[in-house]
Amino acid sequence: MENKYLKDDIIRSSGVNPKKCMKCGKCTATCPSFDEMEYHPHQFVYMVESGDIEPLLESESLYKCLSCFACVDRCPRGVEPAKLVEAVKLSVIRQKNSNRLKADDVVKYLDEDIPQQAIVSAFRKYSK
Amino acid sequence: MKVSYFPGCTLKNKAKELDKYSYLCAEKLGVTLEEIEEWQCCGGVFSTAKDEIASKLSSVRALKAAKSKEQPLITVCSGCHNVIKQTNYVMQNDKEFADKVNKYMAEEEAYNGEAEVYNYLELLRDVVGFDKVKEAVTNPLGGKKIAAYYGCLLLRPNSVMKMDDPENPKIMEDLISAMGAEPVIYANRNECCGGYIALEDPKAAEKRSNDIIRNAKAMGAEMIITACPLCKYNLVKNGADIPVVYFTELLAEALGVKEEKDGE
Amino acid sequence: MQRIGVFVCWCGSNIAGTVDVKAVAEALKSEPGVVFSTEYQYMCSQAGQDLIKDAVKEHNLTGIVVCSCSPRMHEATFRKTAAAAGLNPYMVEIANIREQCSWVHKEMPLGTEKAIILGKAAVAKVNLNAPLTPGQSPVTKRALVIGGGIAGIQTALDIADAGFPVDIVEKKPTIGGKMAQLDKTFPTLDCAACILTPKMVDAAQNENIRIFSYSEVEAVKGFVGNFEVKIKKKARYVDETKCTGCGACIEKCPQKKVPNEFNLGMDNRRAIYIPFAQAVPKVATIDADYCNMLKNGKCGVCTKFCAAGAIDYKQKDEIIEEKYGAIVVATGFEPISMEKFDEFAYSQSKDVITSLEFERLTNAAGPTAGKLLRPSDGKHPHKIVFVQCVGSRCASCAEKGKEYCSKICCMYTAKHAMLTRDKYPDTDVTVFYIDVRTPGKNFDEFQRRAVEEYGVNYVKGMVGKVTPEGDKLIVRGSDLIANKQIKIDADLVVLAAAIEPDKTARPLATMLTASMDTNDFFTEAHPKLRPVESPTAGVFLSGTCQGPKDIPETVSQAGAAASKVIGLLQKDMLLGNPCVASSNQLMCNGCSSCERVCPYGAISYEDKEFPGPNRTVKVRRVATVNPAVCQGCGACTVACPSGAMDLNGFMNSQIMAEVDAICK
Repeated sequence: MENKYLKDDIIRSSGVNPKKCMKCGKCTATCPSFDEMEYHPHQFVYMVESGDIEPLLESESLYKCLSCFACVDRCPRGVEPAKLVEAVKLSVIRQKNSNRLKADDVVKYLDEDIPQQAIVSAFRKYSK
Repeated sequence: MKVSYFPGCTLKNKAKELDKYSYLCAEKLGVTLEEIEEWQCCGGVFSTAKDEIASKLSSVRALKAAKSKEQPLITVCSGCHNVIKQTNYVMQNDKEFADKVNKYMAEEEAYNGEAEVYNYLELLRDVVGFDKVKEAVTNPLGGKKIAAYYGCLLLRPNSVMKMDDPENPKIMEDLISAMGAEPVIYANRNECCGGYIALEDPKAAEKRSNDIIRNAKAMGAEMIITACPLCKYNLVKNGADIPVVYFTELLAEALGVKEEKDGE
Repeated sequence: MQRIGVFVCWCGSNIAGTVDVKAVAEALKSEPGVVFSTEYQYMCSQAGQDLIKDAVKEHNLTGIVVCSCSPRMHEATFRKTAAAAGLNPYMVEIANIREQCSWVHKEMPLGTEKAIILGKAAVAKVNLNAPLTPGQSPVTKRALVIGGGIAGIQTALDIADAGFPVDIVEKKPTIGGKMAQLDKTFPTLDCAACILTPKMVDAAQNENIRIFSYSEVEAVKGFVGNFEVKIKKKARYVDETKCTGCGACIEKCPQKKVPNEFNLGMDNRRAIYIPFAQAVPKVATIDADYCNMLKNGKCGVCTKFCAAGAIDYKQKDEIIEEKYGAIVVATGFEPISMEKFDEFAYSQSKDVITSLEFERLTNAAGPTAGKLLRPSDGKHPHKIVFVQCVGSRCASCAEKGKEYCSKICCMYTAKHAMLTRDKYPDTDVTVFYIDVRTPGKNFDEFQRRAVEEYGVNYVKGMVGKVTPEGDKLIVRGSDLIANKQIKIDADLVVLAAAIEPDKTARPLATMLTASMDTNDFFTEAHPKLRPVESPTAGVFLSGTCQGPKDIPETVSQAGAAASKVIGLLQKDMLLGNPCVASSNQLMCNGCSSCERVCPYGAISYEDKEFPGPNRTVKVRRVATVNPAVCQGCGACTVACPSGAMDLNGFMNSQIMAEVDAICK
């Protein structure tokens, strides 16, 4: 039952209708982060649709999406998988103490040349 | 003409030259960039969630500032451009979302996407015109083979960005031609460099960037130009053995406004 | 006053299950004009029809109301019954108490109440019915086929064989269409030319067939049985009657750099050309866009070498006017542009080609004489990737793709893959597919043979990106069964481009007032029961202009269209539909409102004399309806501001009487 609410929530927040998917796999074919992902874009769509969301919540894959929108632009059915990944990820990091990236940790990642853009983007993606 | 200008955080820090040359080139081409007052960081990446309100407010404020001056809003950094343009799009097209945003900023005048957002490249193409740019070139680049790197942020999602054909863009290639160089067409110019993942998973960014550099070089590139500080960082850090420069820097060189101390 | 009989049908339990038919018959007895009312189990049966006929005689009926199924089902049946009993068939009205009543209601009282109301409305209408007589018009016994591909050729041959003259109008210099460009044809792998060119020759030699090649339909007027068509014969600058097709002019033409459209631009032709060796008519054509003589008056080489004296630089477009009884649309298809799908790098690499280009590359008469060589460097490709559904089933991209399945791609891709493996066993062939759709006789067996016997590698997934690099094409695709992203360094990538109706179809549909769907495919009169007829009478559909289809299906449909045309042409006279609009010219103010809304062009205006006061005569412009063209849609009656337009059989007064009866 909880999953049902979670699914509805994710669909509402993302604005994605996973039923539009025709299972061609073009999203996964085009995803630059494929190698880093345990669950791939087409699986996000299928698993949200079938309510099998639990494994996604715990997966590193949430933080591997680059928001590059290749899957969004190339999907022949207008499913927009990246928006679904974003919504699932938000449902995790919005929980208390669930920030992926903490301010104190950033220092260890920095090098001399890293642009501010990388840091603010990472914060926006990984933390609430 | 005068336009509103949103530099963004990186252009005031690690990518100062992108900012500086943007001003110089615009001046030479008869456009004055007026930096909007008290701008705030755009956040670097656009959250697509319909219930993410607060993270879009800084972009809306920038857009309102441009609207109040009745000027188009110009961005240079691909990250800022993507965030602000996408924000403007939802403000235009998602009434429910726009209402929520406007309630957040209750004391101010409502904003519904009235401002126009141009990337600097679009300013050159659509307002100045590449033919005018070509006329203004004093140091043509001598047929150098230059690969334009777009990354993802300038082009996608195409339904919103509408800058060019997202799969075979030519806006930067046309600029390269206007500067007297030879554009190198390579397919990976619209693939992602790895972006912000460079922070916590540099290996992933390395793979992405290598795919781009390898493809550009294989197709004959002697130099790569880009609009995005993060793209440039990733490409340079991951071993690009050909120069990677901001397009405004190269333009400044071609227009003869690049300062001596930059070493030409 | 009418004497009306009411006949309530049970339709077994279809109606009687939810409607108390006896109560309906009883209730309608007391309606004005009703002198007889009864019910029966199956009114459409012979016994039911006899019951009606007997009642007409016995009760001297002048009008009939049948409370039964939809008029679409049995109106014609009961009109015949009435005629057999000596009544005018248009004195019959159907009250639809099945589809619109018993089938949509569950409770007997409600169903019964509604059936009674519907019956009352029908009775009210019949009270105002007047006998109608359909007009007659003669049939021009000649057919026009627009488009000279396999569909048009087959239709023309079948019509001609039945003894009727038929003209083919083809915009290209030769008939043959897309099939002429194909190499082999699935599932039996006959060579396309071997089975098509004899038909082209048959068409050329058939006494009943005239071929207008390099010609287009300019204008269409008239109606079923009586179309008047203007055909523009474009100037080809060669006298067709003199040219022998020897080819001497082509050999000597100095303009050698004209992209050869027959080979999809993969090689060049001359400015004077014959598209291919088996062209019909085998006559040269000068391409005015490239001919130096026509462009700047400097050349004239072809004239010098033409022994027949056929070259005529002064030739002009010619307009031919001809009358036809029937028109067949066979305008065919084109593959969509791949320009907007550049994730597959079509415009970035010569070695990314479409399937039609692949056909030409494997055809003995193609640019490589049938050797499979890469367009970029002429080398033999050792790894080929086929991508299916490029632009088909594409719902998110209306501006570049098509939402429908193009239907033919699965099979031709299997064919390409199989033939490649057969001829070049050293070549790896991978096909990316979303679904393999092979519903056709021996189709699935064919595709399975490609996999099992020829070793074609079918991958369930889609290609996301093609990156040209060096002399390779890096193909990134998904393998959904293995849940993997795979990379293939391919030498050649073949895109199964979606197909779309030919661009000339839309303006043609406007000329014919034939309807189209949002994809510009012609609409059928009924998708299942009248698949080769357009809703516009006298216009028939053949081949892919109606929807994607392969050759076997095209040929069957072409034959079906021909049989419909023959059925029409063998009639001497056509009975019209008497339920057409007519204008009360005394009330008409000549405003043109009706003319503007008429989708069939049935309304025109005439200046007519009307008696004015004091024996004067006034000339007024008034509307007049051509009953043979009018389809009785009624749009004009609504548009007319002065109430002058009315529709026979559906007069405003009749409709109002029905409404009154329902609201009473």
